[in-house]
Amino acid sequence: MYVYDQHDQKIIDERVAQFRDQTTRFLAGEITDGEFLPLRLQNGLYLQRLAPMLRIAVPYGLMNSSQLRKLADISKTYDKGYVHISTRQNVQLNWPLLEEVPDILAELSTVQMHAIQTSGNCIRNTTTDQFAGVASDELEDPRPYCEIIRQWSTLHPEFAFLPRKFKIAVCGSTQDRAAIHYHDIGIELVADDDGEIGLKILVGGGLGRTPAIGSVICEWLDKKHLLTYLEAVLRVYNQHGRRDNKYKARIKILVKAMGIDAFREAVEQQWTALKDGPSTLTEEEIIRARSFFRDPSYLALDNTLAMSELEQDCTRDPIFANWIKRNTQDHRLPGYRIVTLSLKATGFAPGDITAEQLELLAELSDLYSFGEIRSTHQQNMVLGDVQVSALYALWQRLQGAGLATPNIGYLTDIICCPGGDYCSLANAKSLPIAEAIQTRFDDLDYVYDLGPLELNISGCMNACGHHHVGQIGILGVDKKGQEFYQICLGGNQAKDASIGKILGPSFKQKDVPEVIDRILSTYVTLRQEDESFLDTYRRVGIHPFKERAYAQTD
Amino acid sequence: MRRLIKRGNIIDDTWQPIDPDCSVPEHGQICSLEQWQALADKEGSAVQLEPGQEPTPLFDALKKIDLLVINFPVFTDGRGFSYARDAREHGYQGELRASGHFIRDQLTYLQRCGFDAFQMADDSDLNAALTSLRDFTEHYQAAIDQPLPLFRRRS
Repeated sequence: MYVYDQHDQKIIDERVAQFRDQTTRFLAGEITDGEFLPLRLQNGLYLQRLAPMLRIAVPYGLMNSSQLRKLADISKTYDKGYVHISTRQNVQLNWPLLEEVPDILAELSTVQMHAIQTSGNCIRNTTTDQFAGVASDELEDPRPYCEIIRQWSTLHPEFAFLPRKFKIAVCGSTQDRAAIHYHDIGIELVADDDGEIGLKILVGGGLGRTPAIGSVICEWLDKKHLLTYLEAVLRVYNQHGRRDNKYKARIKILVKAMGIDAFREAVEQQWTALKDGPSTLTEEEIIRARSFFRDPSYLALDNTLAMSELEQDCTRDPIFANWIKRNTQDHRLPGYRIVTLSLKATGFAPGDITAEQLELLAELSDLYSFGEIRSTHQQNMVLGDVQVSALYALWQRLQGAGLATPNIGYLTDIICCPGGDYCSLANAKSLPIAEAIQTRFDDLDYVYDLGPLELNISGCMNACGHHHVGQIGILGVDKKGQEFYQICLGGNQAKDASIGKILGPSFKQKDVPEVIDRILSTYVTLRQEDESFLDTYRRVGIHPFKERAYAQTD
Repeated sequence: MRRLIKRGNIIDDTWQPIDPDCSVPEHGQICSLEQWQALADKEGSAVQLEPGQEPTPLFDALKKIDLLVINFPVFTDGRGFSYARDAREHGYQGELRASGHFIRDQLTYLQRCGFDAFQMADDSDLNAALTSLRDFTEHYQAAIDQPLPLFRRRS
């Protein structure tokens, strides 16, 4: 992974000093609430319902074991001993004290971490595929480009007061696991007719109040132009994005208003001045960025032998066999597998992980996965490079720590924002809904029979729980002071992206599990052979689901 | 007389503020964009841009402008950052002044975007504000103050 040199460290250290001074001045009454707001947000600090929330950046979801240990340590010293993995692959502390935040940032800087631009109207943490570098369907590792973007966007002087937040995601594989269609800018590594890999750029996707799928602004861009092109897009947005209404301020609204062709033209015009300037990437810089993501010291393993041993373990222990089937994926190299650790055990808030679990993960990553861990936008964790022969031992340790729930990609692997229990923006609670659904569908055989299924819950329109792209999406709404839940169906974040459609009037909290049950049984009744929920929905449309969901019970 | 920070020093303002009602501003007075466009002789002129007024109309006469003011009615409206860079990238060499309700914690970013003068709505503690200009000594990206990105300078 990327390692800071003295320059990177200096920038982070100066940022800590700057925020310490800002916090001191705020506490002394020298900075107003309104002035402090963007300053603290751009250091990841929200003032929440019960306590501040600090969002720590995890650039493209990659961490090492010493960073995990530091997070565990911080959560014990400054918080309540647990953290939350967000849908931007970041880590959130729920109970820090404002006065102590500069100290937390200083601690983070000792392990090359920070909270820069994890909130606010600026360029946010760049995200990518959680299987980057190890996926079997990868064209090229996207992480060097994520790191190049991270550096360019960090403390960018021109784009710190944009009309609204700005999110970039990069994907380098056949299957899109980074949801690039739902980002302000989505970047895909693609080959041209001669096989040269360049960048396809999408613009104007996003969730929130007005979900939109990104439009292609450039089919193929030479990698060296990455930063000048991004700069041109951002400059057009910074100058022309709406600032009169925060709900219409995202770039997707501007792209829609101008039309993608006119928007492209405006970008090209800006780009003419910037193209081939000093920000053009040099060959050396691309090589340098790549050098941090070279293969670790993999062993040349005999896959046949490893797999036959694995099979024996599986035959001996069906619970292990099930976990292998549900929570591990093919690695691009023989003798290795990718392991996803579920943070979706029933009874625990989706995405929460305790200090003890973090410490265990740090140890296990050192033992089994070259000391690296990834966080996912589905709010789970990944060990990317586990030898097949080590899986049994790893599983035993995970199981003992409650990290082996075999539900990755299934109904109970719910994406969920912290909701009304924590967040002051929320209209409704989301965590109790997640738990009620997980409790109701505790029969794993039924859950597996439903096949891969994404159920996403957001506590408000801001859509942190990505409800629009869940095949089943649940949105908390406020109706005259009461919490209700709107359900949408058919969302999808893969390359054939689609936005979920609202089923109808919203439901009371207590009715939600029953309604989900009805939707699922409708699917089971209507599906043909191995047809997935999404395919069935696309074939039959929303009406059969609607009819059943709103039918009166006897 | 209003005071401001210019090139790291606190000085008195020698320019007359904008007067929207005057039809032909005198020499030494800051013009609105409209007034400036109507000026017959733009040599040694001063012009103030508001959010929504891009610097494009000035590009043909940048050499004649002595002072370009970019106003920030609210500090959260960041359009002026792009206007400043755009003007500098098109060759503007004169004084580039931020005015209005920006805050001292924005000074480094403003300076990086090409501003060299800062007229703050609250000018009660410009000495303290001066320290904010030194918040950062290293930067990743290219800007007006450092035209080479870090990746071209790393050693």
